[in-house]
Formats: sequence, C-alpha cells, structure tokens
Amino acid sequence: MKLPSFDPQMEVLVTGVFVLLLVASITGFVLKKTVKSERGQEVVLNLNARINAWWVMIFIFFLAMATGGIGSVILFGFTSFLALREYITLTPTHRADHRALFWALFIITPLQYALIGVRNDGLAIIMIPVYAYLFVPIRNVIAGDCQDFLARSAKIQWGLMVCVYFVSYAPALLLLHIPGREGQNGKLLYFLVCVAQMSDVLQYVFGKCFGRYKIAPTISPNKTIEGFVGGVSGAVVIGAGLYWITPFNPWQAALMALIIALMGFYGGLVMSAIKRDRGVKDYGVTIPGHGGIMDRIDSLCFAAPVFFHLTRYFFT
Amino acid sequence: MIAELFAAGVRLFTGVQARWLGCAPDATQRIYFANHTSNLDFLVLWSVLPANAQRKTRPVAAMDYWRGGRIRFYLADHVFRGVLIERKKVTRSNNPMHQLIAVLEGGESLIIFPEGGRTTETEMRPFKSGLYHLGKAMPNVDLVPVYLDNANRVLPKGEFLPIPFLCSVNFGSPLRLLPDESKDAFLTRARAAVGAMAKS
Repeated sequence: MKLPSFDPQMEVLVTGVFVLLLVASITGFVLKKTVKSERGQEVVLNLNARINAWWVMIFIFFLAMATGGIGSVILFGFTSFLALREYITLTPTHRADHRALFWALFIITPLQYALIGVRNDGLAIIMIPVYAYLFVPIRNVIAGDCQDFLARSAKIQWGLMVCVYFVSYAPALLLLHIPGREGQNGKLLYFLVCVAQMSDVLQYVFGKCFGRYKIAPTISPNKTIEGFVGGVSGAVVIGAGLYWITPFNPWQAALMALIIALMGFYGGLVMSAIKRDRGVKDYGVTIPGHGGIMDRIDSLCFAAPVFFHLTRYFFT
Repeated sequence: MIAELFAAGVRLFTGVQARWLGCAPDATQRIYFANHTSNLDFLVLWSVLPANAQRKTRPVAAMDYWRGGRIRFYLADHVFRGVLIERKKVTRSNNPMHQLIAVLEGGESLIIFPEGGRTTETEMRPFKSGLYHLGKAMPNVDLVPVYLDNANRVLPKGEFLPIPFLCSVNFGSPLRLLPDESKDAFLTRARAAVGAMAKS
C-alpha cells in the first residue's frame, strides 16, 4: 500500500498553514492574558475557540487531500450532507415534504458525489439542476398536499443547489484536465479553499480591529466596510502570492482571488439573510466558535462554481 | 450496551443538543415529562442524559404499541427497560400507577409523556392525570418539564424513514405539587411549563 504523501509544493503549503495557525494560537494566548475588559474577554474567548476549531478543520482537510481525490470527494460529500441537514432544520418544511427530503439527503446528495468520484462530470453538472429539480416537485405532488406547494418545492430545490451542487464544484476541480498539470489539481482546490477562507478570516480580523461603518446593516450587522476592504484586498494578495501552485500567472491569480473573495462575500450575505429571516444567529453548533457547518462554508458555496467554470473556460 | 449504541446513533443522526436550562445534568431521581410527537421521543430524551442517569432512567411506554412486534417488544422491554403500561383496558388490578410508583420507590427515574399519545398538531394536548397522581404519591421526587424541539420532524406519525433534522432537548426547572393544589390547576401548570421550554 502506498502511503499518502504530498509533492514538494504541497509540503510548503502544509508547513505555511501550520506556521500561520501557530502564530494565530500564540496571538490568541497572548490576548487572553492581556485583554481585561469583559467584552474584550468574550471576543478573545470566541477567537480562541475559532482558532482551535481551525486546527481540527485544517487537519481533516489535509488528511483528505493526502488520500488523493477520493478523500476530498468524501470530505465535501459529508460536508454537503451536514450543511443540507442544517438548512432543512432551519427551513420550515412541511410534513408532506418528508419523502422528498429523504431523497434529497440520502439519495441525491450521495449520488452527486458518487458521480464526481467516478469522474462523470458531464452528468454531475446537470444531475441536480435538471433531474433533481424535476424530481422534487414530482415527489411532492405524489405526497398529495398542495398547501404552499411552490414555496415548499422551491425550498428543497434551493437547498440542494446551494448545499450540494455548489459545494460539489470544489472537489470537481480535481476532474479538470489542465494541459501539463496532470495530477496537480489538488492544489487548485487548495487555492480556492485557502483564498475563500482567508478572505473570511481577514474580513473578521479587519472588522474587529478597524470596523466602524456597517456595510449591510439589515442583513449582517457584524460586517463592516473596513472588514470588507481589508479582507478582500488581503485575499487578493494571498491569491497572487500563491500563483506558483496554479496554472495562472500572478495577475490572473490575483483576479481569480478577487472573484473568489467577492463571491464569498455575497455568499455570506445571502446565507445570513436566510438566518436573519428565521431569527437565528448561526446555522448550528457543530463547529465551536464558528457556529454550524453552513456558517463556515457559505462563502465557498458561492465561490466554487464560478471559480470552476472560469478555470475550465480559460485554462483547459 | 445495545441501548448505548442506539443513543449514540440517535445523537449522531439528529445532532441533538441538550439545553439544561432549569436543572443540572446529573443522576438525581426525577420524573421527566415531555411533549410527545414521535416514537423516537423517549430515545432522543434518554440519549442526552448523562451515563449514570441513563442507567437508572426508564421510559414509560404503551403496552399496546410496544407489544406489537417481537423486535419492538425486545427493544422496549430488554434494551431500554421500558415500563410498559396498559392504557386501553385499565382495571383495578393492572392500574399502571402501582407499576410506576414501584419503580420510583426503587430509586429509579422515569420518562413520561402526559399527553397520552402522539400528536400531529403543533399544540400539545391536555395532560392526563397520571403526572398528578405520581406527584402526589412521591412528593419528594422532582418533576422536570422537558420540551423536545424538532423531534416530530425526524419521524412524524405514519412515516418509517427518519430524516436527520437537528433536534434540541430543553430541560426546565423542577416542579413539585403544591399543598392543596387541585388536579386541574397542577396539570395546567405542568403543561405550561413544557410549553415555556419551547420558546427558550
């Protein structure tokens, strides 16, 4: 059996993330000792919970990467399942939706990732937007209840698109054929996840340090203009700095990072709007400090499909 | 052992979150009384109790339903040590109260669903009088109101495939029967206490 291993570039990336997290943990420790005010302590407590959760998430992510394609497919498949579970918990579904929901969670979600696992990208790209889209209202019609029919079917379709279809674009990056870069698409997945997540982290950091003016007060009161500018420009710098692991030149990498960060920002806002409408702050309690799975991947949901298609159109 | 596996499975499946709002998660002798909308209810509630409390907490279940099949009966009787009570043909000799009081006198805790059956409506039904009689017979045992949130969506009445909605179990402050409190007043108060946990 071949032991999971990384190429030299991946080893640099793993080391980089490790050093970054170590710096974050030390900073968190120092802040814990120095910050005295009660409100400040609360923020630091949450910050440290977030950093600790990052160690776990990073470990799982690299473990999946090390096992090659199949590990990433399983990781994102499981992530989709948990995100969809949070989404339908929050969405007021109807009793008559029961069977359609069962199909969504236990048949359609695994099927989507199985299609990516067997590298059938042709079917993976239309299965949910065409077949699942048709199937959901049909199953609901069989259930025989027409109360709020359109809204009920649309909610399930939307959940499948956001939690399953869009997220599945991340591991689908591994299926792209980029000339001269066979077997190196894992680093493209790394680029996407790293830029999207660092954009979120830096928006949080800049917002906490310098945030004054709210950018979307009715949707997400914690997001500020300062956080947005700092986070997005930071993500662009990081993306440009990572050009050497991608098929892009530095300018293309910067532009890709900008698009990922902007889509991620809007993804965060859209998923916040749903939470706010339902009167909750987080999608769940799965990840200490962060909230639910959906709170962590909302930016990735919106960035992944756009990044995939831009890369496919211009670089394959 | 099998019971613990079931509990772990339910916790994983429903991502259930226990909120101990009015009492501590310990093995104090209690009567947990909750809203009832799904056959999984007792399992969801039992699964979030601490291990030492699980060993001495028994669900009260309807004989007519759980006698319905061999596996069902095995689970109810052997695995979860349910106290199976007659709810259809109650006579003086098989009065379920005697069974329940005997269990409590043995120092064990109970899980009961005072609505007397599963509801499909969102409103709770009026409580049956059993809770009052238990409170009267065992004045030193805490009566803990519990609200099971979302468990009804996991396995609604009439469905056999569960959906893993995230559930929560909200535990309220213990009640005791007040001196000269009437049966109706107590049952109304108890039902309101469960309802209050729904909004927390």
